[in-house]
Amino acid sequence: MPDGALPVLDVRDLKTVFKTRSGEVHAVNDVSFSLRPGELLGVVGESGSGKSVTMMSLLGLLPSPPAEVRNGSVMFDDKDLLDVDAETLRAVRGGKIGFVFQDPMTSLNPVFTVGVQVMEPLRKHMGMNKKQAAARAQELLELVGIPDAKRRLDDYPHQFSGGMRQRVMIAIALACDPQVLIADEPTTALDVTIQAQILELMKELRTKLGMAVIWITHDLGVIAGIADRVMVMYGGQVVEHAPVANLFNDPQHPYTRALLKTIPTIHGERAARLTVIEGQPPIIKAAPSSCPFRDRCDVAFDRCANENPPRYDLGAGHDAACFYNARTGAPRDA
Amino acid sequence: MLDSPQTPLVSVRDLKMHFPIHAGLLRRRVGEVKAVDGVSFDVMEGETLGLVGESGCGKSTCGRAVLRLYDITSGEITIDGTEIGDKSQSKLRKMRPTMQMVFQDPQASLNPRMTVEAIIKEPLDEHTNLTEAEKREKVGELMDAVGLNRQFAKRYPQAFSGGQRQRIGIARALALNPKFIVCDEPIAALDVSIQAQVVNLLEDLQERLGLTYLFISHDLSMVRHIATRVAVMYLGKIVELAPREALYAEPLHPYTKALLSAVPEPDPSLAQKNERIVLQGDVPSPANPPEGCNFCTRCPSVMDICKTVEPEYFEVAPGRFTACHLYQNNNDTAE
Repeated sequence: MPDGALPVLDVRDLKTVFKTRSGEVHAVNDVSFSLRPGELLGVVGESGSGKSVTMMSLLGLLPSPPAEVRNGSVMFDDKDLLDVDAETLRAVRGGKIGFVFQDPMTSLNPVFTVGVQVMEPLRKHMGMNKKQAAARAQELLELVGIPDAKRRLDDYPHQFSGGMRQRVMIAIALACDPQVLIADEPTTALDVTIQAQILELMKELRTKLGMAVIWITHDLGVIAGIADRVMVMYGGQVVEHAPVANLFNDPQHPYTRALLKTIPTIHGERAARLTVIEGQPPIIKAAPSSCPFRDRCDVAFDRCANENPPRYDLGAGHDAACFYNARTGAPRDA
Repeated sequence: MLDSPQTPLVSVRDLKMHFPIHAGLLRRRVGEVKAVDGVSFDVMEGETLGLVGESGCGKSTCGRAVLRLYDITSGEITIDGTEIGDKSQSKLRKMRPTMQMVFQDPQASLNPRMTVEAIIKEPLDEHTNLTEAEKREKVGELMDAVGLNRQFAKRYPQAFSGGQRQRIGIARALALNPKFIVCDEPIAALDVSIQAQVVNLLEDLQERLGLTYLFISHDLSMVRHIATRVAVMYLGKIVELAPREALYAEPLHPYTKALLSAVPEPDPSLAQKNERIVLQGDVPSPANPPEGCNFCTRCPSVMDICKTVEPEYFEVAPGRFTACHLYQNNNDTAE
């Protein structure tokens, strides 16, 4: 990936809070990251880690109330997306930034044909007429590998299988030649052999179209295969961020290390017993004043309970939010 | 792996579960979905048989049919020496204590209006003559066994997290001291860091209570961890069954090969090298399976014979079963 290239998307100190009857939930806490042109950034985390809410916040897709984006900036195309009017934001969403959601069963409208749904962004964002849009829609379905694309445009979503529906979703997201594609668990609902098809398709499309991708998943295996850089989230924060090889070969945050040990694999040694991360992921009720992972961490010490660790730069594009230095085996200096 | 001759606790022969399709004004029967279509396997005492496959392959239906949660179309099922394939539901009821089930979705399989204590106690109410105090003590023991705090006995399922709810489901399954438990995707709905907790619990309980599991899952990595032997299903049939190590080291059936190669590896250097077999197309409908081998429409090694003749399921090497013409030929020439 070209280092030093200007990022297409630059997110700084994003903070999102949900107001609920039982108080506030701090779902996203000071998340910062940038996305360079043409790269694939993997975002890993368990449910409730804030990975989806982060992406929804930056495109203003969260209903408010209960959600409230409290702080931060999202620079895209020389504009702060948190600061622009609804009209501009709508033009960006589905236009220059495409979106693919997890569940292909519910993200397509069952009462419209697939053709109508693929053509919608073309007509809204690109101002195409019906004929142009239909031709482009056919091209798009062919691009994502749907056989017999022309005829399939007239079919309804229920006539497509899960994998094919996800291809349709990707076609819709790609409709307006986006600079950025945000894919939220796009293969989680699919079977492994179908997931393999979609992953191959994604690799192919990236080389063909050169767009930058944010790929959200909980599956470290998927990330290892496609990402250039990885961001690990826990408790609404970025706890570690590194180029993909560094993250897997030299994980620095105790959560990443534990997570990599927890998952069994197809190859390699078969552990007699799985390593367990005891306890439950936290629900962050207030602005964090301590490390969110400390209760489940095996190297936590008193400082972790009193301060929330910042992201320490470890060189080579690698950073981790932890007071404990895994390389030296000692606490970091204050 | 134990070398001593093992005795099957569960023995399934040519199990078929077809669901009728009704259509038209008169709701006439126009066809059937062959969800499970002639499946045979044994589950040895004390082992875990992993049953893997993709969604719609019939693995869950198979698990439910083995426990006779359905009235099966045909086939024999012997559990602990008793043939249950043709038993009436009222007779089966008396046998339920031996065989239990842990369901996939702990959200849907626990009654939200019952307390945890009531949920775990229900099988005891139905099948035992224990006094109320004895039952309450037993519930406490079960909660201890699955790592739930006894103090939470009066709470409702929604007060618990996914992993804890799955523990409640496991405690309920254990209440009647079963020998055989069908675990239907017990960890699929849980987060990665919680999955390991539940799998370790299942392994501990197996060791302590001598349980036998049929572990149904789509997660091949987790099955490699927990299973003694593994059966792979595709479109209603078992295509391969083998001891764990053999299956993962050297898969025989082309579908097993493709399935294993499709599993993403959490290692970027391996992921780069991995020669992934990407299958074309989708699984055919079980209402209208292809002629010949069920896998012939997607198989990378398909031959002419595959499109006409259904391959026989046979023992290709000791303990290794497969249904594929590639090996049938070898077998014929060897004889």
